[in-house]
Amino acid sequence: MNYFPDEVIEHVFDFVTSQKDRNAVSLVCKSWYKIERLSRQSVFIGNCYAISPERVIGRFPGLKSLTLKGKPHFADFNLLPYDWGGWVYPWVEALAKSRVGLEELRLKRMVVSDDCLELLSRSFVNFKSLVLVSCEGFTTDGLAAIAANCRYLRELDLQEIEVDDNRGQWISCFPDSCTSLVSLNFSCLKGEINLTALERLVARSPNLKSLRLNRAVPLDTLQKLLMRAPQLVDLGIGSFVYDPSSEAYIKLKATLVKCKSIRSLSGFLEVVPCCLSAIHPVCQNLTSLNLSYAPGIHGNELIKLIRFCRKLERLWILDSIGDRGLGVVAFTCKELQELRVFPSGVDNAAVTEEGLVAISAGCPKLHSLLYFCQQMTNAALITVAKNNSNFTRFRLCILDREKPDPVTMQPLDEGFGAIVQSCKRLRRLSLSGLLTDQVFLYIGMYAEQLEMLSIAFAGNSDKGMLYVLNGCKKLRKLEIRDSPFGNTALLTDVGKYETMRSLWMSSCEVTLGGCQTLAKKMPRLNVEIINEDDQMEFSLDDRQKVGKMYLYRTLVGPRKDAPDFVWTL
Amino acid sequence: METSVPYENDLNLKATELRLGLPGSDENEQQTRNNKRSLPDTPDDLDTKDKSDEAASVAKAQVVGWPPIRSYRKNSLQQKKNEGECAGIYVKVSMDGAPYLRKIDLKLYNGYPELLKALENMFKFTVGVYSEREGYKGSEYEPTYEDKDGDWMLVGDVPWEMFMSSCKRLRIMKGSEARGLTAN
Repeated sequence: MNYFPDEVIEHVFDFVTSQKDRNAVSLVCKSWYKIERLSRQSVFIGNCYAISPERVIGRFPGLKSLTLKGKPHFADFNLLPYDWGGWVYPWVEALAKSRVGLEELRLKRMVVSDDCLELLSRSFVNFKSLVLVSCEGFTTDGLAAIAANCRYLRELDLQEIEVDDNRGQWISCFPDSCTSLVSLNFSCLKGEINLTALERLVARSPNLKSLRLNRAVPLDTLQKLLMRAPQLVDLGIGSFVYDPSSEAYIKLKATLVKCKSIRSLSGFLEVVPCCLSAIHPVCQNLTSLNLSYAPGIHGNELIKLIRFCRKLERLWILDSIGDRGLGVVAFTCKELQELRVFPSGVDNAAVTEEGLVAISAGCPKLHSLLYFCQQMTNAALITVAKNNSNFTRFRLCILDREKPDPVTMQPLDEGFGAIVQSCKRLRRLSLSGLLTDQVFLYIGMYAEQLEMLSIAFAGNSDKGMLYVLNGCKKLRKLEIRDSPFGNTALLTDVGKYETMRSLWMSSCEVTLGGCQTLAKKMPRLNVEIINEDDQMEFSLDDRQKVGKMYLYRTLVGPRKDAPDFVWTL
Repeated sequence: METSVPYENDLNLKATELRLGLPGSDENEQQTRNNKRSLPDTPDDLDTKDKSDEAASVAKAQVVGWPPIRSYRKNSLQQKKNEGECAGIYVKVSMDGAPYLRKIDLKLYNGYPELLKALENMFKFTVGVYSEREGYKGSEYEPTYEDKDGDWMLVGDVPWEMFMSSCKRLRIMKGSEARGLTAN
């Protein structure tokens, strides 16, 4: 390739799109490194503290799309104190100072302030797409800035965010000249929304493909919006409460029949079940259905709905569906690839191993599972493993911690063992129930492609963790809570952690001394001790057990924005 | 590769040894007990185990971050539960001729009969017998409500849940005006 001019090589690189591949390409030689970095448009940073914004900008001056992840996964479950970190402002500031033509910013588990959104909206003329997942720190004022200043905005997507102080006027801030919207998702906002402004916005957005509304959008507005946007592919319904004999409802039924492009449906944040017949015509074309925020849809009404969804590939549902409902899914949804069953908090509605076995038997294409259940048996898991060896993601959460197989009273080692042995392409695994070191022996032996492992209340000794660290060569993220793994496990192979993105251990047996030893040996790791309630008070007692430890590889040393309660060793 | 710190004398190589045996074929893999686990041993133990189970499950009840669902999801389902359980649906009730209005919580009633009985008690009147065809017969009073559209509707036509979610206020109509509602 030395005799091709750079432009030709660059053109070839245009076809290399995945970050992994581009990273590999950049390692071939200096010339390729240079060509690749100058032509790279899209960068994914899995841990915002692994690198500095200045270095990213320095290496990729042509950056257009940036994806950043901040807090570790267990932060989602309140295991990380507020104010730990993950502020995105320094990144936006650095990007604004440079001459990067940022068009797309995707953030997960980061803290985003209104000031940051304001700066973002004013700094990048061609800014097109903002996606925020599980973020916090801003109000609708920040959204107003984005709406008002991003002239070519195509995508504004807010997922699972608690935004306080909600006023619906931000939607009026989109100027009349803004006609470029393709995707608008504000389903998680709690407050009122200016309905007239919303209707006018949708009316002037001919390219709108995805629209997810919040609870404040009533049925009659929904009908008007659908009249304006029959081309919608993805719809999130806010409020679905109405009198079935009312004119508004009859109009909606007729309008929905015309929306032949809808492939993805979600929401129903407020619902009266007997109104659902209007939805049935839409169901037959659906590939994605998310009813996990609609506890009002259950029982026979839910099952009726499912029976229409023969083409479903992705289903997110509450456990109120029950094993019987899952049986209907197994019978009807032969194209199903991803299933997530969330807890509804209603005890006797929960699902058991029966539902999972039915699904595994009925849905041959299933490869991604998140399943919250009342109980699980080894026999069921072994059957699931026999029925289906395609799983790439297998996350099982038995709600009763450390619950054994209720039939045999045995730990679930054999069941999970069967899963990892059968599913050779498994990349992500979450364990639960009563588990001994044995399950980790199996994981270390068989889970060769495993990249992320979540462990809670499991194992007996350091051996468990060691099996995993020794065996899983592709492990990138390991998160452990309330398990008896200590310093031996932590320190046996310290080099391993540089091959991984991060390790989280909370309420385990590691001590301050063990963590300090690790930090000393591995300068390119940040070993953070997170002190809550002045637990440790920097007492320097080596034998004291560490409440929460989060370590990650980094090229830029200890972070300068760590709050007082975070101690980087 | 770094050498391990000698916290234990035994490097425990057997545990990390790769073998061709089937899973579970090494019967010597004894599980070390620690006080976090509670494996049942023999039937004799079950009695005492039940008692300690109870205590354990009470202690087990609240743990931060369990079950592992995002707080956004937890809060939104909690909010719906609260709306279902605690928050009342208070609506004003007026009666033609009465000097002042009253307020009632619709959540307190399981259906129309209970609601009507409560209204009868509150305003000292009797409502007639309901039929879909003729509304309330046998009394000069008719219970009506204003719905979300602003229309005045006769109480009792729609399913109870639907009524609860669409009723903005109640009015007990009296006399000829009332009869006008049901004449078609």
